Amino acid sequence: MENPTLLRRMMMPHRLIMAAMALAGLVAIIATMQWDWLPAALPRLWQGLQVTLAMLAGSVVTGFMLALPLALFQVMGPSPLRWLSLGFCTVIRGTPLLLQLWLFYFGLGALFAQFPEIRESWAWPYLRQAWPYGFLALTLSFAAYQGEVMRGAFTGVPHGELEAARAVGMSPWLVFRRVWFPRALHRALPTLSGEIILQLKSTPLIATITVTDLYAVTTRIRQTTLLTYEPLLLLVAIYLCLSAILIVGLRWLENRIPTGR
Amino acid sequence: MNDQPAIVIRDLHKRFGDLQVLKGVSLTANAGEVIAIIGGSGSGKSTLLRCINMLEHPTSGHIAIQGEAYAMRPSRAGGLQPADRRQVQRIRAQLGMVFQNFNLWPHRTVLENVTEAPVHVLGVPRDQAIARARQVLERVGLGEKLQTYPVHLSGGQQQRAAIARVLAIDPLAILFDEPTSALDPELVGEVLGVIRDLADEGRTMVLVTHEMAFARDVASRVIYLRDGRIEEEGTPEQLFGDPQSAHLKQFIRSVM
Ligand SMILES: Nc1ncnc2c1ncn2[C@@H]1O[C@H](COP(=O)(O)OP(=O)(O)OP(=O)(O)O)[C@@H](O)[C@H]1O
Ligand SMILES: [Mg+2]
Repeated sequence: MENPTLLRRMMMPHRLIMAAMALAGLVAIIATMQWDWLPAALPRLWQGLQVTLAMLAGSVVTGFMLALPLALFQVMGPSPLRWLSLGFCTVIRGTPLLLQLWLFYFGLGALFAQFPEIRESWAWPYLRQAWPYGFLALTLSFAAYQGEVMRGAFTGVPHGELEAARAVGMSPWLVFRRVWFPRALHRALPTLSGEIILQLKSTPLIATITVTDLYAVTTRIRQTTLLTYEPLLLLVAIYLCLSAILIVGLRWLENRIPTGR
Repeated sequence: MNDQPAIVIRDLHKRFGDLQVLKGVSLTANAGEVIAIIGGSGSGKSTLLRCINMLEHPTSGHIAIQGEAYAMRPSRAGGLQPADRRQVQRIRAQLGMVFQNFNLWPHRTVLENVTEAPVHVLGVPRDQAIARARQVLERVGLGEKLQTYPVHLSGGQQQRAAIARVLAIDPLAILFDEPTSALDPELVGEVLGVIRDLADEGRTMVLVTHEMAFARDVASRVIYLRDGRIEEEGTPEQLFGDPQSAHLKQFIRSVM
């Protein structure tokens, strides 16, 4: 039942015209522009893509796990932790990510270098590199935004549903695991997918602290080939594809459970 | 089995801040009894019911389920609070509660709603829980809706699913808080029908309701609650046929 309707939707006149236009644009791009550098650049692009994806996935997963306590402390307290979480979310959300990134990289990085204990520790080989600071900044940023989203989602779960869970004898942890969290997560999913796309679009900032992500690779290609548009167009195409995949995947997840709210 | 009354409440007081809601209520529900609680809005019916499974903590008083009293200790607010969370969970798992707004879990199918407590609270093996869930859903007339999500059910079907969810744990008593008040009039009958079946089968039930005709019909005992006290108590014939208190007379006239 799914497939015929999908096919029919794809065959609507306006869609056909849009598809034709996109195809024409693509042909024009390939025919009139210079792409001979591409085969040689593919390995580097692939590596850059991997860095971007690793940063995205790593910061989303870690950030989300941090977001849960941030949200729960704000919903349930205790009071000192509530204010701490609220303060953290407000500060991170209220300042530019670029600034945080530079503060971590140039500030923390320089600070660490002054302590021999740190310089001699096992962590130093990592702390000398740029990516941990990029990862940290992206993670904290995602945690702060998602903490806010989850706070709203947790408070939005109707009280009666939690009461019904308690009334059958569930422990607080079981109520959380079986009802509160899944319900909140489902309510947060539409916003979550938006936040993940935003996070994807924030990753190029780490190129400013010398992490060679997809954007950094593209910049380098532009410098060596002296081409202005072609590498950028490719970059656009790749980010678009990534966004599209994310949107479709998360929408699918959302639709699996029709709660109607 | 023990022959203790299913529910014993003695001198129950409950205060919300300065508002004294229950002012010394005592009540015993023996096995197989159907107790209907009637009374005006704000008289404390829901609060009384919710104290039975500790969704509200009494300010003072004694509550025992099947002879087991809740262990209570003083709370900071000056009332009582359960001293043993596990005991409360264990007792709750033997009581069923049906809410006015159904409160099904919308992220789970009807079948999952019904197997949730047996599997995750009581530790019943999943296949046994599913077999039992099919039975009880069949009984409430939802045998065809196992894989449906609650949003796709009518109010009457949702409430019957909520009753099935309670039956799945085979509770020693069921607490109903106005189970038909949120329903469209044409759906009330199907839910009352299910509750009547349960009464006929000898289940112990405490039922807060505004459906006086129904209370008169299925209850073995009726309790009229007014302003936090039991003002009158007796068989349906006594309370509806020959009410003593002036308030009750007026209440009956206003709702029938
Ligand atoms: N959690 C609460 N906090 C403060 N006041 C409450 C709370 N729950 C109930 N009350 C108050 O206690 C009184 C009794 O409430 P209760 O819900 O027990 O009445 P009821 O008899 O069930 O009424 P109704 O027929 O409207 O459901 C009401 O005045 C209500 O406002
Ligand atoms: Mg009530």
